[in-house]
Amino acid sequence: MKQLALTAREALLVSCHGCHLLCRVPSPNDSREAHCPRCGASLHQRKPNSIARTWALVLAAFIFYIPANVLPITTVISLGKAQSDTIMSGVIYFMATGMWPIALVIFIASVFVPLAKLLILSCLLISVQRRSNWRPHDRTRLYRITEAVGRWSMLDIFVVTILVALVKLRALATIEAGPAAVFFAAVVVTTMFAAMSFDPRLIWDEREQRYE
Amino acid sequence: MDSLIACHECDLLHRVQPPPEGGVAKCVRCGAVLHHRKRNSLDRTLSLTIAGLILFVVANTHPFLALKSGGLVQQTTLITGIKELYAQGMEALALLVLFTSILAPLVHLAGMLYVLLPLKFNRLPRNLPGVFRLVQSLQPWGMMEVFMLGILVSVVKLAKMGEIVPGIALYSFLVLIFVLAASTASLDPHLIWKRWEQSK
Repeated sequence: MKQLALTAREALLVSCHGCHLLCRVPSPNDSREAHCPRCGASLHQRKPNSIARTWALVLAAFIFYIPANVLPITTVISLGKAQSDTIMSGVIYFMATGMWPIALVIFIASVFVPLAKLLILSCLLISVQRRSNWRPHDRTRLYRITEAVGRWSMLDIFVVTILVALVKLRALATIEAGPAAVFFAAVVVTTMFAAMSFDPRLIWDEREQRYE
Repeated sequence: MDSLIACHECDLLHRVQPPPEGGVAKCVRCGAVLHHRKRNSLDRTLSLTIAGLILFVVANTHPFLALKSGGLVQQTTLITGIKELYAQGMEALALLVLFTSILAPLVHLAGMLYVLLPLKFNRLPRNLPGVFRLVQSLQPWGMMEVFMLGILVSVVKLAKMGEIVPGIALYSFLVLIFVLAASTASLDPHLIWKRWEQSK
């Protein structure tokens, strides 16, 4: 394998997002949208509007994150009494009853991962906007991690789904999903779209501009 | 034959010779995997896809979990919770769970079968690029393994309330997770696109 020390962009080529075929850059005079000759996906040098889109999604997720953690995620109605739980109160309950591995799993998946993901994406966005040349290797790795772990935040949504299905013991006990579940799902979906709309090639673009 | 590939994570151009079976070509600058040539990719992925479809049917038609408590038994299937969320007025949430735990895996399996079965017999499915791109774009949204962890957490949560009885669908679901992961791991997208290109 030989390195050409040249990026596709410098060689006036575009790598297709769908099938990774290298295509010639469409001429700017052509107003029609360019499509990959092999798989038909629309061609872009970089993901379109990557920074603005990712910022918008990250900010939306930050806002959703607050009600997701403050409002109740489940309400248990047992013998006529209703008790609401937030995500943190569930974690604290498990810690108090000595089941700390489960407490840890819920805490990491529902509280830590979404927040860490949002902070990392914000840092990546800021570093790209400031044209930073700081450790592109590690920043790319951070991006890969955020892309891979985001899905695990759906954990609490699935737990609510299963609880709601199972606990329907008439007057004895029923469980209802709380409003936080909707906000929480919104956090997971917006952060997943945010990670998808960020283009890691922006991290490396700064390098070429320096060598020019 | 050499071919030119740009790294999808840092855009660096590479002249890559197709790696040997089972070999991996990585980007020299950022380390992203450029091409992982899989052993026997088409046959393996096809057989795992068919196995996955059978498991999927069992997982969705048979009893999933039951809760026994004080003489009452609440029997559920995979879709019960989704219906219940919908009935409680959480329509968007119900649709999201339906999409991530049932629809995305189903479309993934059906799409792979649609693409791979004709290729196996040296034919081309109609609109291969569209279907294959759809399958690939749905990949992050299939979250069955997260659902499985959710079951584990729920079982611990409900331990005090009653006895949890796993059904046959739960075991199919568990095996399906591994089968899906294996089918994703054995798939070589370059191979599919090469076949498509050669046939045009």
